[in-house]
Amino acid sequence: MADSNTASQPSTRFVSRVWRSIFRRPLVPRSDRERKLMVLDSLILHIHPSTVPEKTLQLSLTWGLGGMAAILMTILLVTGVMLMFAYTPSPAQAYNDILNLQTNVWFGQLVRNLHHWSGNAMLVVAFLHMLRVFFTGGFREPRQFNWIVGITLLLLTVGANFTGYLLPWDQLAYWAVTVGTGLVEYIPLVGKWIQTVILGGPEVGAATLLNFYGLHIALIPIAMLSLMSYHFWRIRKDGGVVIPRVPDEPGEQKVSRVTTIPHLVLRELVVALVLIAAILLFSMAVNAPLEELANPDVSPNPAKAPWYFLGIQELLLHFHPLVAALVIPTLTLGALILLPYFDADLDSVGVWFRSYKGRRMALEAAMIGLVGTPLLVLADEFVIDFVGWLPSLPTLVSNGLVPLAMVLLLLIGFYDWMKKRFAATNCETVQATFVLLLTAFIVLTIVGIWFRGPGMALMWPWDVSSAVVGH
Amino acid sequence: MADEQKQTKLGSNPTRRDFLKLIWTGLGVLALAEAGGMAVAFSLPRIAEGEFGGVVTAGPVDDFPRNSVTPFNQGRFYLSRLEDGGFLALYRKCTHLGCAVPWEPTEGRFMCPCHASAFDAKGNVLNPPAPRAMDLFPVLIEDGIVKVDTGTVIQRDKFDPSQVVYP
Ligand code: HEM
Ligand code: FES
Repeated sequence: MADSNTASQPSTRFVSRVWRSIFRRPLVPRSDRERKLMVLDSLILHIHPSTVPEKTLQLSLTWGLGGMAAILMTILLVTGVMLMFAYTPSPAQAYNDILNLQTNVWFGQLVRNLHHWSGNAMLVVAFLHMLRVFFTGGFREPRQFNWIVGITLLLLTVGANFTGYLLPWDQLAYWAVTVGTGLVEYIPLVGKWIQTVILGGPEVGAATLLNFYGLHIALIPIAMLSLMSYHFWRIRKDGGVVIPRVPDEPGEQKVSRVTTIPHLVLRELVVALVLIAAILLFSMAVNAPLEELANPDVSPNPAKAPWYFLGIQELLLHFHPLVAALVIPTLTLGALILLPYFDADLDSVGVWFRSYKGRRMALEAAMIGLVGTPLLVLADEFVIDFVGWLPSLPTLVSNGLVPLAMVLLLLIGFYDWMKKRFAATNCETVQATFVLLLTAFIVLTIVGIWFRGPGMALMWPWDVSSAVVGH
Repeated sequence: MADEQKQTKLGSNPTRRDFLKLIWTGLGVLALAEAGGMAVAFSLPRIAEGEFGGVVTAGPVDDFPRNSVTPFNQGRFYLSRLEDGGFLALYRKCTHLGCAVPWEPTEGRFMCPCHASAFDAKGNVLNPPAPRAMDLFPVLIEDGIVKVDTGTVIQRDKFDPSQVVYP
């Protein structure tokens, strides 16, 4: 089998024997058969099948988003382990370690920036990946369970980011985590207890830092790596990714397949390189934020949770905390988890937005969300005052259940109106409602990030930044 | 072969096997529950003596004029002496989401910088979003010395005269 005629020299024969003891196949495959075997034999590549449907290679199907999340995870692991060599998880040390890292350690600032921006990018990428799966019908049978695995991965990514947020122990970290864990207290009966366990005491302190560190560097990454492996394995067991189709046209009977090497692997490589280049450039240009040392005596004004929680923090300004921090997130999560078991519209798997009608409805829902959400925020700020109008009721009712019921009524009305007007199926209308809620969530997050200044007053973004800088 | 199986299904052996299976399953569940309980107990908060959470000596009664609010940063509370000479120890943690609430002497109220909650000198809510009055710590007055037990947090909806401690 080995090409014996070239290996005349004993030394080359030895090298080639060692090489062959590690890699059983030639480095560069010469035929499709060898290309397939190479995938099967390789520990890393064998997460892929040896051939893939040609159509799934289109960038406009997956946008490479799942792969990007995996690449970012790798960057995070490498830079995270590097940071561990420079960082001590104690209130007396942590902040100084970060300062030292940024000023005295070669490439310390760059490594910190890479870790910081990759963590944030991973949230965005994982969220977009979820949307891609939703809008191409990739959550339906037989992929229901992998959808749930994906949601768990997204939650873990949020957890990793939130626990990492505290570690620099600056003002930003301290108060964002105080406010973020303050939400937990509103869970009925057990909330206070859970909060105390998470914090390791009544307030954010040394025990909190140690808790978060352990979660951040061990428990959450291990859980994520295990679930990611399962996620990848499941994709193959569920028959690969969905095959893209044009609306109203039946899928091809005969799927044409190409070898994974080079067709898929090459594309993955391009996505990885572009992503790494982008993250590197960004990290060279923009430093991860670091404010003054954490001071438990002085809260900054405004004190905001990390940006990915600002949608919920914005809800808190409009609803009783129990509704904003618990009821609405739980309902949303429950709906997302149950969705694949109730939406079994298998005809549209692989079609972006299900149908031409589905596309028009989604677009219209997005417009309504884009205009309606800011109007509702403004109305609640300046006009609506349920607490004042219904003074005899407890605030849980006047500021919680009443507005919640109004929002639910609005949603039901929207559903009914859309369904009738478009003569649409239930599934198309559910999709439009999802788009409406998604747009509302994004708008609320944007309002929370850029339109809330000192005292959480509504103001223009340039006023917010000048007020905060002046502070 | 088939006969044998039938026999073991009906004979006395299966009962023993079923019994053992039950025991094994039971022991397995018990072991899992124990491991879970251990994990929870292990992660319970560990508060060291002498830290915030112990009894703080604030000082002699006469050091605190009527109608005054004195901050104790280490103890994380304000000692508020009311008009009638009574004391309240207000936990400075905002009841909304936990920011540290500063006392604004010129305004005569506590004003939370985070989301604009305001409280009066008794801890009552003047301005939402805070859902309830500021929490209290028990005040002890021994031999004219005011002490505050920061280990016990008292939650309340609003001020009530029974909460005041008199020298
Ligand atoms: C799983 C995905 C991960 C995400 C989303 C993530 C996110 C973050 C974030 C947002 C920070 C705050 C950093 C800053 O403000 O600069 C951070 C810090 C940190 N992370 Fe991660 N991380 C992840 C994985 C890891 C891993 C696997 C390790 C180590 C094995 C690690 C070790 C650290 C350390 C030591 C810090 C403190 C240094 C610092 O704050 O700059 N991280 N992480
Ligand atoms: S934490 Fe004080 S108002 Fe929100």
